[in-house]
Amino acid sequence: MRLGLVIDLDTCVGCHACAVACKQWNTSGTTGPLTDESPYGAAPTGVWFNRVRHYEVGDYPHTKTVNMPLSCMHCDDAACVTVCPTGASYKRREDGIVLVDQDKCMGCNLCAWACPYGARELDPQDGVMKKCTLCIDRIYDGALAPEDRQPACVITCPAHARHFGDFDDPDSAVSRLSRERGGRKLMPELGYEPTNTYLPPRSAPTVPTADVRRGSLMSNVKDWVNKAIAR
Amino acid sequence: MHPALSVIIFTVLSGAGYGLFSLVTLLHLSGRYPASGQTELVTQLGLALALITLGLFSSTLHLHNPKNAWRAVMRVRTSWLSREAVCALSFYPFALIYLWQVLQVGVEAGPLMVLVGGIALSLALLTVFTTGMIYASLKTIRQWHTALTPANYLLLGLALGATALVAVHAGFGGRSEGLVLLALGLLLLAGVMKGLYYLWIREVSGPSLNTATGFTQARVRLLDQGHTAGTFLTREFGFDPGAGRIRRVRLGVFGFGFVLPLLLMGMVLGGGSSLWLAPALMSALAGIGLERWLFFAEARHGVMLYHGLQRT
Repeated sequence: MRLGLVIDLDTCVGCHACAVACKQWNTSGTTGPLTDESPYGAAPTGVWFNRVRHYEVGDYPHTKTVNMPLSCMHCDDAACVTVCPTGASYKRREDGIVLVDQDKCMGCNLCAWACPYGARELDPQDGVMKKCTLCIDRIYDGALAPEDRQPACVITCPAHARHFGDFDDPDSAVSRLSRERGGRKLMPELGYEPTNTYLPPRSAPTVPTADVRRGSLMSNVKDWVNKAIAR
Repeated sequence: MHPALSVIIFTVLSGAGYGLFSLVTLLHLSGRYPASGQTELVTQLGLALALITLGLFSSTLHLHNPKNAWRAVMRVRTSWLSREAVCALSFYPFALIYLWQVLQVGVEAGPLMVLVGGIALSLALLTVFTTGMIYASLKTIRQWHTALTPANYLLLGLALGATALVAVHAGFGGRSEGLVLLALGLLLLAGVMKGLYYLWIREVSGPSLNTATGFTQARVRLLDQGHTAGTFLTREFGFDPGAGRIRRVRLGVFGFGFVLPLLLMGMVLGGGSSLWLAPALMSALAGIGLERWLFFAEARHGVMLYHGLQRT
């Protein structure tokens, strides 16, 4: 199995609900707390596993706002695991999830240096590295209803822009979406083989006008009259 | 990248210590060390070990959970940091036996001394190399991901070591043109290599904001990074000293690190007092300290693309 997310940049509205749901679930979950410093102060800061940034693509007037949530890509060739000197960072063979064993981490930051996606954040309170677990404490929880055994970010997304599934299964929803919509990986040139896939915005279909016949003089007059006296 | 003082102190001091140790050992074992007696040799080796130990101690200060530091030897197969830890730790027994042999037997190099000294010498150089490789192995930071990084670490360590060696030798009243020439040559080589590095990192390569977001056919710019205050990422990776400060610090690197010590060594070779080698060492330490600060300060991490940089 190769579990991961598909994120649809066409439908993402940039509401940050995924980031908040992630923070809420994980701060009280097995990797919690996700410590905040001065949460009510002038410069609140803290650990987040999922952050949403906003970009403008293209040049005016052909621009588009793209909202881009980023969390751990659960890379096939995860550099963060390669560089970890203690063995605290590991990639699960059975489902490809990259995790940190907080009992082994010495807080050297090297894994965060090796990650180009900014997926790892050090918790200064606990002195250890923390990261997205793909909600491992949800997706395997048999006490939950089957439809709830998904990461918190996926369940909460109001735009259904996030999908969770197995990329090794060619018939899974994530594999199909990725195939049909031309899913892209971020920074593929680094060779880390990220699992999470981003679906590009669809281009708006053009309305054909070639076969539209010009209206007769009478119908044009009718249209004008209708517009003019509608009030 | 945020320049952590503990890591700067660690790499400069232990680099100088390993450089000093390997040069002294190499000269001693090949019978070329012009020592009058045992005391000078022991002082040189003791100073090297003190610098190394002080540096290694400083390196643990940047760990946020040092109680797990012993685990750093667990992933030698993949992690350069782990390899560095193993090299640094296995260096000690050989270096201490070697020092004990010098204390016991004296300057005459016996077979045991050659064996343990040779192993310690190799481990010392290997440790500096692994330190460089920790940085060079990171594909996320293009300024570090080059073979010039370990080459710089090795040469700067050896150059600082050689400068310390001649300064201590002068402190014992010795005067050896050959040794000063060696230090001068190593310092010059290290300076040229550092110059090559600065030229090399001007070449922009690697990921851009376009490949980072997947939009490779249009201009992409940041509208909003999604948080009002700083994060771990902006604090760790967002340090930007600015082009003007980089230029000024580079002047300091070359001035204090290479030009001034080279001039002072030239004065000594030209017949001046050997005591000039002490300020030469101080100047080289300060200059290479600046070099290490700049090594971190001007490295730009790939994650900063998501925060609005177009290229790293």
